Amino acid sequence: MIEVTKDNFDTEVLNAQGIVMVDWWGPKCERCLELMPHVEELAGKYRGKVKFCSVDTSGNRRLAIGQKVLGLPAILFYENGQKIDEISGQEITPEDIEAKLQQHVE
Amino acid sequence: MEQVYDLLVLGGGPAGLAAGMYGARARMKTGIIEKGRPGGQAATTEDLENYPGFGRGTTGPGLTQAMADHATSFGAEFIKDTIVALDLKSSPKKVIGKKGEYLGKAIIYALGAEPRMLKAPGEGKLRGKGVSYCATCDADLFEELDVAVVGSGDAAIEEAEYLSKFADNVSVIVIHEEGKVDANQVSFERARQNPKLKWIWNSIVKSINGEELVESITLKNIKTGEESDYPINGVFIFIGTVPLTEVLAGQVELNQQGYIVTDEKMAASVEGVFAAGDVRAKYLRQVVTAASDGAIAAVAAEKYVHETELWEKEVLQAQQPVVVAYYNPTDMSGTEKVGMVDRFVRDHKGLALVKVDATRNELVGRRYNIDLDRLPRLHLFINGEVKREADDIDEASLEALVKSL
Repeated sequence: MIEVTKDNFDTEVLNAQGIVMVDWWGPKCERCLELMPHVEELAGKYRGKVKFCSVDTSGNRRLAIGQKVLGLPAILFYENGQKIDEISGQEITPEDIEAKLQQHVE
Repeated sequence: MEQVYDLLVLGGGPAGLAAGMYGARARMKTGIIEKGRPGGQAATTEDLENYPGFGRGTTGPGLTQAMADHATSFGAEFIKDTIVALDLKSSPKKVIGKKGEYLGKAIIYALGAEPRMLKAPGEGKLRGKGVSYCATCDADLFEELDVAVVGSGDAAIEEAEYLSKFADNVSVIVIHEEGKVDANQVSFERARQNPKLKWIWNSIVKSINGEELVESITLKNIKTGEESDYPINGVFIFIGTVPLTEVLAGQVELNQQGYIVTDEKMAASVEGVFAAGDVRAKYLRQVVTAASDGAIAAVAAEKYVHETELWEKEVLQAQQPVVVAYYNPTDMSGTEKVGMVDRFVRDHKGLALVKVDATRNELVGRRYNIDLDRLPRLHLFINGEVKREADDIDEASLEALVKSL
């Protein structure tokens, strides 16, 4: 997992080749904190296939809004710098995230 | 599959955590099934200052984490799973989760409620794009932006205040006449002093508009019928909750809104099933009342498990015929008659006697329709079934009861 901020978002996500998954979270988002260990696990499982990044929105609010993230948790997928998919909302599960990963890895 | 819990608590909000703590402390093998982190809706409330003994500065996540630790410290076991189905008629009762099946002698259903949706066009599409049901989760994303709060209950007014710490303007959309809200007066008066809050009365949200993010809402004044577009960056919806009782449909009695109907001991309409917290039909839904429900439900469940096991062992599984004497211990002539039954059974080989205080043992009272105004009375059980009964207790009726056994 790469911690991404407004300073390196372009380099790590928008200018990256291949599939990048970005986990947008915040310290007060309980559901985000709940998902985090599962996302870490998925990062291990998909190592080499998908690049995993996370953004703490509490210090990167404008970046979040720029990426049309206005609700947490939000998981966004990029391919060669283009946003290709996203899931968000309180009820997303680790299984939902993995289903999306599988879909985009294939 | 093999292990059977004495008590299975469904849901890890304040009701479930209190039930789990009471259950485990009473030495019951207790499992709490929760799909995510414990805490329930209370964990999404930042400022929680009305739990007795825990005043200003208390947070929802902090308080509920302490409750979870408390339950664990007495031996309650957390099971991480999502409940998909229930079989409440089987014995033990069966809970089917996504990951496994769990068996419990008693069940406390405490799955709570979730925010009610407005059902306005655009609401679903713009969820996470400015539409939110959780101020704590999303508030800081709206720093320097304008948001609307829909609703006027305690949650709406208190969350509007919380949002005003981040957003530039908070417009509260209230369906009622000016000056009338559903929230408590203390919160309302405090909120009215807040210069960042704007009040829009007599209004409902017709639609939420925007392409990628929320751009505006269409408001309708219900007095004049007039509709207007109101530019906004976020919409926070607090118009009440709906109970999470779908898996119970057709199994236990629910009220018209879908909340579980219980008696004052939290017992639902099916034996051994109890309900606690926001999911129950009740007057006040707060953390403190959820915890209270949980405590009552756990004590009632423990009594149920104990009584069922005793009844099972001494009556239903008994090898010999069993005379069951139902009595009221405060009725002197009744207890004397039961003493006579005692001597009678002692003189008859191959008979057993079980005395039941019908004023306390609800399990038996409920199962066999024992009328408390007609005590004492007798049942003769053979192979787990009532074969004969006697209302008047004397030598003759006792002889008749056991005749040609």
